[in-house]
Amino acid sequence: MRWLPLSLSLLAVAAPCAAETALNVTYLRLETPPVPVLSNLDPIPEDDGIAGAKLGQSDNATTGRFLGQSYNLTVESVPPGGDIAAAAKTALAASPFLILDAEAAAVLTVADLPEAKGALILSVAAPDTRLRDADCRANVLHTGASFDMRADALMQVLLTKRWTKLALITGPHQADKDWGAALRAATTKFGLDLVADKNWTERADLRRSASSEVSLFTQDLPDHDVLLIADESDDFARYVAYNTWLPRPVAGSEGMVPAGWSPTLEQWGAVQLQDRFKEGAARPMRPRDYAAWVAMRTLGEALTRAGSTDPGVLRSYVLSDEFELDGFKGRPLSYRNWNGELRQPIPVAQPRALVTLAPVEGVLHEYNELDTLGRDRGESACRAFGETQ
Amino acid sequence: MKHLILAASVLAGPAFGAEIWVTNEKDDTISVIDVDTLEVTRTIPTGERPRGITFSKDYSKVYICASDSNAVQVMDPVSGEILYDLPSGADPEQFVLHPDDRHLWIANEDDAVTTVVDTVERKVVAQIDVGIEPEGMAVSPDGKIVVTTSETTNMAHWIDTTTHQIIANTLVDSRPRHAEFTDDNARLWVSSEIGGTVTVFDTATKAELAKIRFAITGVNDDLVQPVGFEFTPDGKTAFVALGPSNHVAVVNMETFEVESYILVGRRVWHMAFSPDHSQLFTTNGVSGDVTVIDVASREPIKTIKVGRFPWGAATRP
Repeated sequence: MRWLPLSLSLLAVAAPCAAETALNVTYLRLETPPVPVLSNLDPIPEDDGIAGAKLGQSDNATTGRFLGQSYNLTVESVPPGGDIAAAAKTALAASPFLILDAEAAAVLTVADLPEAKGALILSVAAPDTRLRDADCRANVLHTGASFDMRADALMQVLLTKRWTKLALITGPHQADKDWGAALRAATTKFGLDLVADKNWTERADLRRSASSEVSLFTQDLPDHDVLLIADESDDFARYVAYNTWLPRPVAGSEGMVPAGWSPTLEQWGAVQLQDRFKEGAARPMRPRDYAAWVAMRTLGEALTRAGSTDPGVLRSYVLSDEFELDGFKGRPLSYRNWNGELRQPIPVAQPRALVTLAPVEGVLHEYNELDTLGRDRGESACRAFGETQ
Repeated sequence: MKHLILAASVLAGPAFGAEIWVTNEKDDTISVIDVDTLEVTRTIPTGERPRGITFSKDYSKVYICASDSNAVQVMDPVSGEILYDLPSGADPEQFVLHPDDRHLWIANEDDAVTTVVDTVERKVVAQIDVGIEPEGMAVSPDGKIVVTTSETTNMAHWIDTTTHQIIANTLVDSRPRHAEFTDDNARLWVSSEIGGTVTVFDTATKAELAKIRFAITGVNDDLVQPVGFEFTPDGKTAFVALGPSNHVAVVNMETFEVESYILVGRRVWHMAFSPDHSQLFTTNGVSGDVTVIDVASREPIKTIKVGRFPWGAATRP
């Protein structure tokens, strides 16, 4: 920070606001109990999400020093089962700006607190469709990609390839089931053919027996082009690829995966963001990091353009047609004014390269092709944002 | 270095007519196009990821931003041989040569600084903190002001070339990519790739004079992404490359109206005029080619295959 006073004194002539404006943000996390998984290869980083928010804060601060703005980020992490409401009350007493890294039920608990009225909450870790639908809240914006958006992105890619006969295996956890439901719904939305729908039941340690177990498990599937796997816990899907009865590509939670962010993104300046992130976090950027980075940058961009630290003013600006954010995915990011969800392209990638960035070429929309991903205006039951139809 | 010497000896063909030099970002080469025949006559190896390219005033040297080699390379345009590297700071992406023909002003994309290099002494004179991901570089024709645009900070930073201090910061729309002063010093143009606009500033007051927007029938607005642009020498017409919309816009510089759109190759980046300004050569990153536009009729007349991801372009008369 040593250059800060220097730069400010140089810039005083040009800075539009002479007084320092400070924006304080709390990153509030409700930790989730760990789900036991078969492989030890890919532990979830301790700072998943937090590292993205920190980069967003640093990016905002670099811009802010030219404009007399400073950004402060406080991180609070509540252990599994802890009192998220109490932590949220404390945070909201300090600042109305909250980045919330918590599952759907906790998001609603926090959003419905009397203290949260008029606050601006950015949810980064609840992909549930219901929060963009009937359970939406006017004080919550969503920067994390929903199950719907991801499923729609994948189906667009499969449709373009004419790989339209699909089989689905769904894991036992609630998140697996929700992801499976989104995939199922997206096959209907885009007119693909779901020829088989199975639940994962194997209890064996697949590290030792994947070739025989998975082969047997997939033997009775009718012929299909692609095998979809819904395994949000990252438990068994990795053992399915290349062990299937038929030689078929896998997609969903393994193989070709749609996500809010992918380390394979290089175009559209993305490599700059990847490099900046790696420099600070010493690991690749994950989807939750990206969602948190976008959340911080949203607040920074809104303050820079709207020139206010009032949460109501910033919310209105963010939901207006004026707002746009460069998210390193080739198209400007904005927010849907009917449910507060970030409008964003979704990379569909395999582990070593991007396959396609959805929306794919040829998918058309009356207003914005990005609205072919997730709950469109006419599809959402959200009414908390007013009657925007 | 042995391949360089080999290449130079093989490729040092006769250099008679005017040429357009194009950097191929993903091939680590330069494609040299003969303006008379509209053919590639030479392909010259460079450092890694060549992007910005410019000639010295007397055309005896060509400067190349070799971004991933973290150097500005100085090449003999006759032999195609790299003479030496200049210190440049990390990841040089784009630069301008000051009218003094001596100082290069370089945007260091990864480090959020602008570096000033003395090409004679071959040393860094100054580094100036700017916003995140500096890219566009412009110098006023009178040499008094250099502008750096920063892609994530979304600003044009106005730097006094004598004191090396920032004298103003002006906000533009998302992801500014390119900046140019008009020949009369009066105006600064800045393109915003993600914002989809070009902002025109008054140089004296640094106030925004106009914002130019683009709309192409049948192309989603999100894909209309202004990047490089060039002015005709009479100061009347600007050609603006619109990235993945695969079009170049023709803009009236007095009224700021868009007069027409010209279809070119995929993801058009930068451009250069032939020495007589009758033709304009655009680099098309994704299709890996160069479109030649007839300036008078505003029609594309030829596509020339070059290397992978052509980026910068410069004219050698």
